[in-house]
Amino acid sequence: MKTNAVNMTEKEYLLPGNRTCPGCALSLAYRHILKALEGQVIATVPASCLTVLHGMYPLTSVTVPCVNTPFASTAASATGLVAGLKALGREGLTVLAIAGDGGTHDIGIQALSAAAERQNDFLYICYDNEGYMNTGNQRSGSTPLGAISGTTPILGKQQNQKDITAIMEAHGIPYVATANASYPLDLYEKVKKARGVRGTRFIHVFTPCPPGWSFSFSDTIRIGKLAVETGWVILYEVEDGAFRLTSASESIAKKGNLRPLREYLMEQGRFKNITEEQINELQGWVNARWKRCLDRAVNL
Amino acid sequence: MSRKITRKASGWILDGNHAAAQGVKLSRVQVIAAYPITPQSPVTETLSEFVEGGKLDAEYIAVESEHSALAVCTSASMVGARTFTATSAHGLAYMHEMLHWAAGARLPVVLACVNRAMGAPWNVLNDQQDSISQRDTGWIQIYARNNQEIIDSVIQAYKIAESVYVPVMVCYDGYVLSHTEMPVDVPSQENVDRFLPPYKPHTILDPANPKNYNLVTLANPRVNAEGVLCHGYMELRYLLQEALQNSRETIIRAGQEFGELFGRSYANMFWEDRLDDADIVIVAMGSLAMEAIVAADMLREAGHKVGVLGLRVFRPFPKADVLKALKKSRLVVVFDKNISYGLEGATCSEIKSALYGSPINAVIRNFIVGLGGRDVKARELVAAVNKSLSSLKEGGLTQEYPEWLCAI
Amino acid sequence: MGTRDCQHICSESSPAIGEAGTTGEWRDAFPVIDQEKCLPVRQNKPSCFLCWLYCPDAVISRTIPIRINMQYCKGCGICAQVCPACAITMVNEEEFCPSGTD
Repeated sequence: MKTNAVNMTEKEYLLPGNRTCPGCALSLAYRHILKALEGQVIATVPASCLTVLHGMYPLTSVTVPCVNTPFASTAASATGLVAGLKALGREGLTVLAIAGDGGTHDIGIQALSAAAERQNDFLYICYDNEGYMNTGNQRSGSTPLGAISGTTPILGKQQNQKDITAIMEAHGIPYVATANASYPLDLYEKVKKARGVRGTRFIHVFTPCPPGWSFSFSDTIRIGKLAVETGWVILYEVEDGAFRLTSASESIAKKGNLRPLREYLMEQGRFKNITEEQINELQGWVNARWKRCLDRAVNL
Repeated sequence: MSRKITRKASGWILDGNHAAAQGVKLSRVQVIAAYPITPQSPVTETLSEFVEGGKLDAEYIAVESEHSALAVCTSASMVGARTFTATSAHGLAYMHEMLHWAAGARLPVVLACVNRAMGAPWNVLNDQQDSISQRDTGWIQIYARNNQEIIDSVIQAYKIAESVYVPVMVCYDGYVLSHTEMPVDVPSQENVDRFLPPYKPHTILDPANPKNYNLVTLANPRVNAEGVLCHGYMELRYLLQEALQNSRETIIRAGQEFGELFGRSYANMFWEDRLDDADIVIVAMGSLAMEAIVAADMLREAGHKVGVLGLRVFRPFPKADVLKALKKSRLVVVFDKNISYGLEGATCSEIKSALYGSPINAVIRNFIVGLGGRDVKARELVAAVNKSLSSLKEGGLTQEYPEWLCAI
Repeated sequence: MGTRDCQHICSESSPAIGEAGTTGEWRDAFPVIDQEKCLPVRQNKPSCFLCWLYCPDAVISRTIPIRINMQYCKGCGICAQVCPACAITMVNEEEFCPSGTD
C-alpha cells in the first residue's frame, strides 16, 4: 500500500526546536528521510546547513547516531563507517552520507566518485539548495545561470549548474533518483526503496532556501512544486539502468506540458537581474533535458 | 622481499616497509585505507597482499586520495574498528586537515609516515620535514632508528593509542630504512595477542543510544539537558594536551611490557648512548641517531667525551627527561633533517625549550643535514662537532641561524 | 565553575528538544486552526493530515484535533499554505500572546 499522510509511520527522529530557518526545506526533507529509514542509520555529515540543524555540543536535535566530518570527506567517511561495521560484524544499519550541493558537486565530488567506483555500500543523499547557504549563499557548482549570490553579486552566475544526478548515473551504480522536499511522499518511497538496494545509491533532493533564494518562507513548498511544474526539477529514478519518471513529473509527462520556466524564476529575488538571453538559455536547457527524459522513460 | 634466515625461527631479513606491514598484520588491524606514494607504496601493496591472500582479516579500501584515507580510518575508528594508514610527504600534507580532526576526535588511528622530502621541487628521497610539519596536530609521534624499531613501534603504537585515545604516528626514514633490508625479529602472533587487547572504543554509534560526534562546539562551556556544564572548545582541546602530557607514563609502561614479553625494552622517551659521562651530546632522530653513534665512537677515539641522545618520542616532547639527560653537557650539537623556515631545526628549538630556565648552560649548535636525501656520513657529523668545539671556547651562541651541511 | 564533571573527552552531543532554545520566540505570526474546516475533525476520522506531513519542524501532532506545539513553532506558515481546506490562518503575534501549547 502506498504511503500517505494518514498511514505513514508516526515516529519522528527530528526533535522540535532545531536551528534551521523557518520554512527550511532541508529540515522537512531530513525529517522524512530518517522516517523512511526508521532511524536505523548512522549518518555522516560535512560542514553544511545540516551541521547546524544537528545543533551545537553538547545537544543535538537529531535522534540518530551521526559522525561529523570535514567538508571534502563525506563519501570517504561513509566508506569508513561501512568498513568499520563490516569488520565488526554489525549488520542491519544504513550508512547515510548526507551533504549539501557544495559538499557534493564541488569539494566532495572526488571522494563521492571514488566511493561509487569502489561500489561502497551506502546511501548518499545530496540536498541541493543551489549554493553554499550555510556560509551565506556563495555560488556553487549547482547555482543556476543568472542567479545572484554572495560571490556573483552583480552580474549573476555566468554558467549553468552541473547535473550531478547524471554524473552519478554515469558511474553505473544500481540506484539514482531525484526528489524534492515539496513531494515528501515521493522522497519517502525513494529512500525506502534505496534502503533495500546494495551498493552505492544516490538521491538528489531539491530543497529551496527562503533566505538564500529570496522568497517568503511560507512559500517553500509552493516554490518546490513550481520547480517541478516548469521542469527545473524532474522527478525520476534509475534502477539498474531503467529510467522512470515519478510523482508530479510522471503526471505532467502523461497529461500536460511544462509551464514556462520564467514563472518559477520570477518568484525568487536571486533572479532579479537575470537577462532575457539567460532565461532563454535556461528554457532551452530545460526543454532539451525534458525531451531526453520523455524519450528514456520506460513508464510512459 | 623477505627471506627467513635459518638461525632463529623468528628472524627475518626485512626492509622497513615490510617490517611495518608485518607489525600491522600482527596487530590484527581491521580497516586499512591507504593511497600509494613513493617510498611508502610497498607497505600498502604488502597489506593488500595479506588481505587478499587471507593472511589478514581486514577491510582494505583502495582510496583515491590520502585525505580520504584518513577520513576512512577516522570513521571506521569511530565505529570501533582498529585502523591503519601509511603515507609520506605530500600524502601526509594532503591529509593535514584530517590529522587535526583525528586528534581532536580522540581516535586511536595509527599512521606510518615514511619520511620523505616536501616539494617544491619534487624530491622522493628522505628527510623529516613531512612529519615535523605535523607536530602541532595533536598526534603522538615516534621515530624509529632501524627496522626492528619499526615493527616494534607499530605494535606498541596501538597499545598506546588505545589507552590514551590519541592517534599515533610512527615515522621512519624513506629509503634509508624503508627500502633497506636488515635482520628483524618478527614477534609471534600469540605474544602480540597477549600484549595487545582488543580495542575498546569511547564512541557509541548505535541507534538505540544515538549520539552526535564533533558537532560545532562553542567558545564557552554550555549546559547539557541534564544541567551539567559541558566543555567549550578550549576545554576539549585542553584535554587533548593533557592526554599528550600524561601519555609519557603510558608510553614507557607499554615499552616496558613490550620488553618483558619480547626481550626488547622501549621503556624510554629517547635512546641514550654513553650519556653518563658525556659533556658533549649529539642529538639526532631516526636513522641519523644510529649514524650519530658511529660518530660518537670516532670522537671518543679522539679523546672527546661524546654521548648520543637518540630522540624516539618527539611528541609529547620529553622536556623533563631531556633536562635530566643533558645535566652534564657543555655542548649540545643538534642535527636536524628538517627546518622550520625562518627559524631553525625543530629538534633544536625543542631542546632549547627543554633547557630554558634550568641551570644548564650548554652551548647549543644546530646543523641542518640530509635534506632531500642528501647522504649524511658519520665523518660529516664528526666534522660538525669538531667545528662546534670552538664555540665552547668563545662561549654562547655565535650564529643566529643554523649551519647547513650542504654544497653552498 | 569548571567543566571537570563533564565526562566527555571529545565533542559528544545527546538529543534534546529545544537545542536552539525556545524557537517559538522566533515567529511573527502563529497558526490558528479553524476546527470547523479541518478535514479530520469534520470527518472525525484520520484523513488529510497534510499540515503534519509538511511541517519542517515536526511540531504538529497527527491527532484529532490537531495540536501545534507553540513553544517551538517557528511560524513559517507552510501548514497554512498546504491545508486543502484553508483551515489554518496565520495570525500576527502582536494581536495575541499565547503561552504554552495550543
